[in-house]
Amino acid sequence: MAESTKVTVSTTVNGSPVTAEVEPRTLLVHLIRDSLGLTGTHTGCETGQCGACTVLLDGKAVKSCMVLGVQAEGHEITTIEGLAPRGELHPIQHAFWEHHGLQCGFCTPGMVLSSLALLDENPDPDDDAIRHGIEGNICRCTGYNSILESVHDAAKRIQRGDQPEPISADESPRSA
Amino acid sequence: MHPYPFAYRRATSVDEALQLLASEDDPKLLAGGQSLLPVMKLRFAQPGTLIDISEIADLRGVSLDGDTLTIGALTTHHDLESDPLVAKHAPVLLEAAHVIGDQQVRNRGTIGGALVHADPAADYPAGVLALDATIVARGSNGEREIPISEFFQGFMTTALEPDELVTAIRIPAPGEATGSNYQKLANPASGYAIVGIAAVVTKAEDGTIASLRLGLTGVGEMPYRATAVEDALVGQEPTGDAIRAAAKKAVEGIEPLDDLHAPADYRRKVACNLTRRAIINALDTLQA
Repeated sequence: MAESTKVTVSTTVNGSPVTAEVEPRTLLVHLIRDSLGLTGTHTGCETGQCGACTVLLDGKAVKSCMVLGVQAEGHEITTIEGLAPRGELHPIQHAFWEHHGLQCGFCTPGMVLSSLALLDENPDPDDDAIRHGIEGNICRCTGYNSILESVHDAAKRIQRGDQPEPISADESPRSA
Repeated sequence: MHPYPFAYRRATSVDEALQLLASEDDPKLLAGGQSLLPVMKLRFAQPGTLIDISEIADLRGVSLDGDTLTIGALTTHHDLESDPLVAKHAPVLLEAAHVIGDQQVRNRGTIGGALVHADPAADYPAGVLALDATIVARGSNGEREIPISEFFQGFMTTALEPDELVTAIRIPAPGEATGSNYQKLANPASGYAIVGIAAVVTKAEDGTIASLRLGLTGVGEMPYRATAVEDALVGQEPTGDAIRAAAKKAVEGIEPLDDLHAPADYRRKVACNLTRRAIINALDTLQA
């Protein structure tokens, strides 16, 4: 049986340098959730099927249950917490909210990060390109059509230069 | 889900990786990890040491030298499907890369890793067989070239020695007058090929088929060339009847896999139909 001593990982998460002590076998998703306490990254299947644990590694979407924590050494990770300050919504989050691109919300952090990576490469994707870009993210609620609408709207918001912003009181579902 | 414990070493050069392969206890190379890590999480594999080669920059990227296209072993599926040289000289490989797994897997998984993993339902094996590729490997005895016809040796088994690693895939860049196509019936859950077929074809001046190579994946316990179909069509006029008759030999001499997703007889029928379609589409790309 191999050794299971911990190693130190130095990486950048949401723009800030962090270090964590993990076993080599610790998956990146567990480093993010358990060592760093960033629980916006969800563990769905842990077998690489569902995409709920999607984060950006150097700007590219990866499933954080299919990468070792030690492999983040020297790289840049973006999680859902890194998209907008607390209390504000990134334009993609705003579009998902506006178009009901979620119901239970479990897949949403991964879905939003896959959308971000897609729009970064292809600022104006058609339906096929969106489906291709988010095919690694499973949603069991929406049937995907409202997610397609959300990503199209997110593309428009980003192209016109929208910035993260708080939800105003008159937009809040509670005030309806 | 955790793999069994293992030691982790990151190699920054091929030489260092080879040294670690020789010195570490029960070592295994980690490239993109999109096949190996799931297998380790399921505890089907239990390496003593993982040697992470994913950061060796020399092994990444595509180049053209004369009429040889060289694809670094660590080129990701996404890099490959976005590469202009691949688009021009080996478009059938681009078609295959485009339908591997999903975006996250394509961002991380590598062509070298996929080929050495040798999953019988992987997409690239069909393409590299049809392109008559050469696998370049380095080991303690230096570099050697393995013709793709000798690389796949059985179920998830290749000609690679335990002390070797794949550094590149070389492909003869075909002339302008080469047509190709990849056809795939994907398992809707896993995305793996139930049947995948790559066709690469050239025509003679008189309109007959000058050369045809067909790589099939997903059908048998290892990828193979459908030589019976190739032999039946080379030198012939590519008429619909001739192609239809020849494509029926796509599974000749092969015992098709049989599982709940695709019984053997269904696989045989799909393989013959998609072979016909791949040949016709490949010929169409010639005329375009």
